[in-house]
Amino acid sequence: MAFGAIFRKPKNELEKGGRSPDKRIESDIEMTETCPVCGYANPIGDLGRNMHVCSCGHNFRISARQRIGYLTDSNSFSELFSEIESKDPIKFPGYAEKLEQAKRSSREPEAVVCGIATIDGAKCAMYVMDPYFMMGSMGAAVGEKITRVFEYALANALPVVGCTVSGGARMQEGIVSLMQMAKTSGAVKRHSDAGNFYLALLTDPTTGGVTASFAMQGDVIISEPGAIIGFAGARVVEQTVRKKLPPGFQKAELLIEHGFLDSIVPRSKQREIISSLLKMHTAS
Amino acid sequence: MVTDTENLNKEMTPTEKKAEERRAREKRVKELRERKAREKAAQEKQKQESAGKEKTPYELVRGARSKNRLTSLDFIKGLFRGFIELHGDRRFADDPAVIAGVAYLGDTPFTVIGTEKGRDTKSRIKHNFGTPNPEGYRKSLRLMKQAEKFKRPVICFVDTSGAFCGIGAEERGQGQAIAENIMELMTLKTPVLSILIGEGGSGGALALAVADEVWMFENAVYSVISPEGCANILWREPEKADEAAQNLKLTSKNISDLGVVDRVIPEKSRDPEKMLHDLSAQIIEWYKNTSEIPVDELTQRRYERFRKLGV
Ligand SMILES: [Zn+2]
Repeated sequence: MAFGAIFRKPKNELEKGGRSPDKRIESDIEMTETCPVCGYANPIGDLGRNMHVCSCGHNFRISARQRIGYLTDSNSFSELFSEIESKDPIKFPGYAEKLEQAKRSSREPEAVVCGIATIDGAKCAMYVMDPYFMMGSMGAAVGEKITRVFEYALANALPVVGCTVSGGARMQEGIVSLMQMAKTSGAVKRHSDAGNFYLALLTDPTTGGVTASFAMQGDVIISEPGAIIGFAGARVVEQTVRKKLPPGFQKAELLIEHGFLDSIVPRSKQREIISSLLKMHTAS
Repeated sequence: MVTDTENLNKEMTPTEKKAEERRAREKRVKELRERKAREKAAQEKQKQESAGKEKTPYELVRGARSKNRLTSLDFIKGLFRGFIELHGDRRFADDPAVIAGVAYLGDTPFTVIGTEKGRDTKSRIKHNFGTPNPEGYRKSLRLMKQAEKFKRPVICFVDTSGAFCGIGAEERGQGQAIAENIMELMTLKTPVLSILIGEGGSGGALALAVADEVWMFENAVYSVISPEGCANILWREPEKADEAAQNLKLTSKNISDLGVVDRVIPEKSRDPEKMLHDLSAQIIEWYKNTSEIPVDELTQRRYERFRKLGV
């Protein structure tokens, strides 16, 4: 685990409600990060100590490596399939440059990091999506890596812990990205049919083709507080129905009311809950 | 014109005036006739050119959305015999955007499922323009599992711009419904054939297109996002849908080249009777071959079919 990466500030601020990059420079980029919910300017050092959770409870978006650092036992994570990278299957104009840019800004080769690790001693295979690589969108490389995690876990009788954050299918890969929904779902199903456990942790935002495939296929599905989870984008829904969206639309707190989540687990409790569930589902 | 006539009037006798007026009128009529003929010729030429020329991807998208195309119900009624429609997801509601039931093809009962857009305004509204709610996907899954139980083959007709983007649809788990369909279809222990007959829009189409074979009509389209949506995200200009459609590679030729569909059904024949007859023969042949494959091998092949799509 590279600890240098934990405190690195992501270069591309993609979330709505975040400040513009210019403003961030003015307000002293390395020192504080302002909470979009309560407005408190959290000193970066404090955020690092608090798993990037504001005192008001807001979960700041974090990179895949940061999440792996928070969830897994130190030095237990061993990365897999990092050699798989996106190609440009339909030669989409501008995509090759966009990929290069995403690699530079996220310092990841793709939008998902995979491997094996232990969580409070419980062994599992993992995939963790990265919001700083093209908003965690799923193209062929992401689909392939996640498929391989489930195939690897099936071959080694391991449970899978998956952390999603995604804008959905990566449109620059056209129909190939849509097919990843089928491919990953097939791998999840086989892993499941063999009696293995899959826990999905949904984080803000989890949308589109990822929601409509492996995010919603966990035996247990938990989420972070306040996470937006949905299929269609809120703006698209608003335009389609020409109505004001109800308060809390697509928020985790509403999803659990409607029966689509098992639990909302704050970041500080995730390691404990996940490891307990892993232990309960592993033959002793 | 009017001023000219006025000037002439001053200098001419009444007879000369009348003759002049007649000549002017005849000239105008001749000009009008010539212009009409030129316009007609230009139209004819354009018609011939566009008939000979391949349609642009966006023209194909618009054609795939056209009210003149056959809908799922046309195929179900045109191909099968004794169709009995079955309703409801047994959980919440019946979704008219998805038509499902049982029917005979030859001597074999099939489970048939299709997204139905409707034809006229009234039926389009009734079928929610072919955009299913979660209940539509749950109804299909219920009947697919029933097909598995009774060892019936499944045929899906796909024609949808995508799953419905509504408040209730989201609250009742649109994403979860599609995810479950895709996952269950992957291992459904009975032969499944999906035919893209018009518009194949995103996850809402894929939920009925995870199959042993996927066929696509020549003028149908299949895309991860609508060209308008893509143009809006990329350039904030939905008007550039034309360019987006080009970039998305959504034509039957593109989709087939990428290995995503197994067969492209030609649309050269303008005779729907013949087309349905040929298609019926192809489906019967497909079922004959597929029904001979042991079911475990069938699902293994289905897995591999999708497994190889990507990097
Ligand atoms: Zn706060």
